[in-house]
Amino acid sequence: MKIHEFQAKDLFRNFEIPVPSGKLACTPSQAVDVAKSLSGPPWVVKAQIHAGGRGKGGGIRLTNSLHEVERAADEVLSNPLITPQTGPSGQKVRQLLIEEGLDIDREFYLGIVIDRRLECPVMIFSQAGGMEIEEASAKHPDLVLLETIDIIHGFMPYQARNFFYAIKPMPDKDILKGFSLITGQVYKLFISKDCSLVEINPLVITKSGRLVALDAKINFDDNALFRQRDIAELVDPYEMDELEVRASQHNLNYIRLDGNIGAMVNGAGLAMATMDVIKLAGAEPANFLDVGGGASEEMVTNGLEIILSDRRVRAVLINIFGGIMRCDVLARGVVKAAKEVEIKVPLIVRLEGTNVEEGKEILKNSDLDFSVAKDMEEAASMVASQVR
Amino acid sequence: MSILIDENTKVVVQGITGREGTFHSRQMLAYGTNIVAGVTPGKGGRKVEGIPVLNGVKDAVDIYGANASCIFVPPPFAPDAMLETADAGIDVIVCITEGIPTLDMIKTAHFVRKRGAVLIGPNTPGIISPGKTKVGIMPGHIHKQGGIGVISRSGTLTYEVVDQLTRAGLGQSTCVGIGGDQIVGTSFIDHLRWFKEDRETNGVVLIGEIGGTAEEEAAEYIEEEFNKPAMAFIAGQTAPPGRRMGHAGAIISGGRGKAEDKINALKSHGITVVLNLGQLGKRALQVFKDSRESLVRN
Repeated sequence: MKIHEFQAKDLFRNFEIPVPSGKLACTPSQAVDVAKSLSGPPWVVKAQIHAGGRGKGGGIRLTNSLHEVERAADEVLSNPLITPQTGPSGQKVRQLLIEEGLDIDREFYLGIVIDRRLECPVMIFSQAGGMEIEEASAKHPDLVLLETIDIIHGFMPYQARNFFYAIKPMPDKDILKGFSLITGQVYKLFISKDCSLVEINPLVITKSGRLVALDAKINFDDNALFRQRDIAELVDPYEMDELEVRASQHNLNYIRLDGNIGAMVNGAGLAMATMDVIKLAGAEPANFLDVGGGASEEMVTNGLEIILSDRRVRAVLINIFGGIMRCDVLARGVVKAAKEVEIKVPLIVRLEGTNVEEGKEILKNSDLDFSVAKDMEEAASMVASQVR
Repeated sequence: MSILIDENTKVVVQGITGREGTFHSRQMLAYGTNIVAGVTPGKGGRKVEGIPVLNGVKDAVDIYGANASCIFVPPPFAPDAMLETADAGIDVIVCITEGIPTLDMIKTAHFVRKRGAVLIGPNTPGIISPGKTKVGIMPGHIHKQGGIGVISRSGTLTYEVVDQLTRAGLGQSTCVGIGGDQIVGTSFIDHLRWFKEDRETNGVVLIGEIGGTAEEEAAEYIEEEFNKPAMAFIAGQTAPPGRRMGHAGAIISGGRGKAEDKINALKSHGITVVLNLGQLGKRALQVFKDSRESLVRN
């Protein structure tokens, strides 16, 4: 789960990680009011969307007067923000973070993630602040330092020193104390809130010698939200596709993609593999939809309804390998969905596994218009030929 | 032979009184699995399908000689169940549970290893040695006893692959799901090592997916140390970056974990990669037949 920068900074404040003074605004006039309450000029107007690369898309503006704050806020709020991560249509901006502008002396990168191979958290520090860490690793691998963290001991002071004393030229010694505090607190936040990523880029030293987290990005482990209720409440439905919101309410794993072949599959791995064969057959999947290894009739009905509410969908492929989920359950779900929503596009069904004959029988005896594929390869070519 | 489990395996089912636990215990019994006990704390003394229910795993080991466990316990309680099982001295722990927090799994996997137990999963369909026993939730009837080892990060995708292998006349020695989460108890390489030592196994199919670098590491191991033919399939060639594709572990992050990189790594280490899942059975027949012929010739 992702949250906005202003929410991440609120968490930073709770964990005593220094951030610039700032407040949220939803209109240009609110932005001006917030700016007035902060020290400045300059002020920074920051679009609050989840996608990265906001600066490149013009979503972060440095302003030197209240008039400029108002104009920047108006511009950012009126047009969808297009960044390298939003896709070509961009993302509408509903909220702005207005912050005091700081005099920056130096910029660093500080992040923490789980290393899957080492099975532990890893803190990453780079002197190439402001640059994306993937880019920094490629361009200046010698400047990117890693500290693997033992989960029993946690992040130790020597590890903060390893980072600090490698900085060239070395900052004022007095800054080490603040640096140790921030790295330690970042680790504490990561562990206590079940994060999957905490990133400060850049972490700056101001001209007056203060260490400040200028930006903040936090992602959370979805599996842990059951015990992080306060975090779960931070979800922003505006950041999600409308159909994805609907699917999640039905406990369905649905991800909207750019193609026009709707696909319903049981199991995540098989769902991905089905998307792949659709592509290999020369078509593009409209979605990823995993109704689950043990889906019920109701989930199948809901899943099919969601696929069919996507107007771009021109053909639907249902690929089920009945293991725990029985093919007859699937068939009943499809028939029920067909009664509730009219299916106007070609439907190709491929069934295999437990109770496959009963499933096929149920479909055949319904007044549904559909084609049966004998295997995955045939299913993909049948569905692709429908959109060619 | 087979790896990790066979006809002598004695299974304890944790969470046996729950809906899933009861249903799959019945399925396992029907397959011939020797379930010696079930555990649900506080419900000791009952019976499920004629199997005694106990309050703790230690009794299952001490009284009934259990040496493998199958866990159907909800995510908040599953780490505790795994630790209890490892502490009780069980050799093979299969954790079916999906949705365990990553940080819990880091600690749990570490503890289980320290106790010398083998953890399969979590978020796995389990493990089956066809014709002998199954500890998990996979449909038994699609399997056939034979010489191919299957290692997978997935569930239904594995069933699809196994079904194609069986139809192609290629039976399986053992099929194991290592789990779809970020942190799992055993890796591709762990199971490859066991398959390497297993005389009944004469080839291996790897089923990987996007996220992490487990397939790349396996590719390196196969070229350097594995002495049997291997082939692979990678799901998620069309998956968008930054999105979690159902499995917690199936996510391309920071430009890492792409299907393309995995496929290239496997190929560069001399491993056949099937790009179209629909053709896996046919290709497997070729790969394993060619290698048999080359073995005969040498």
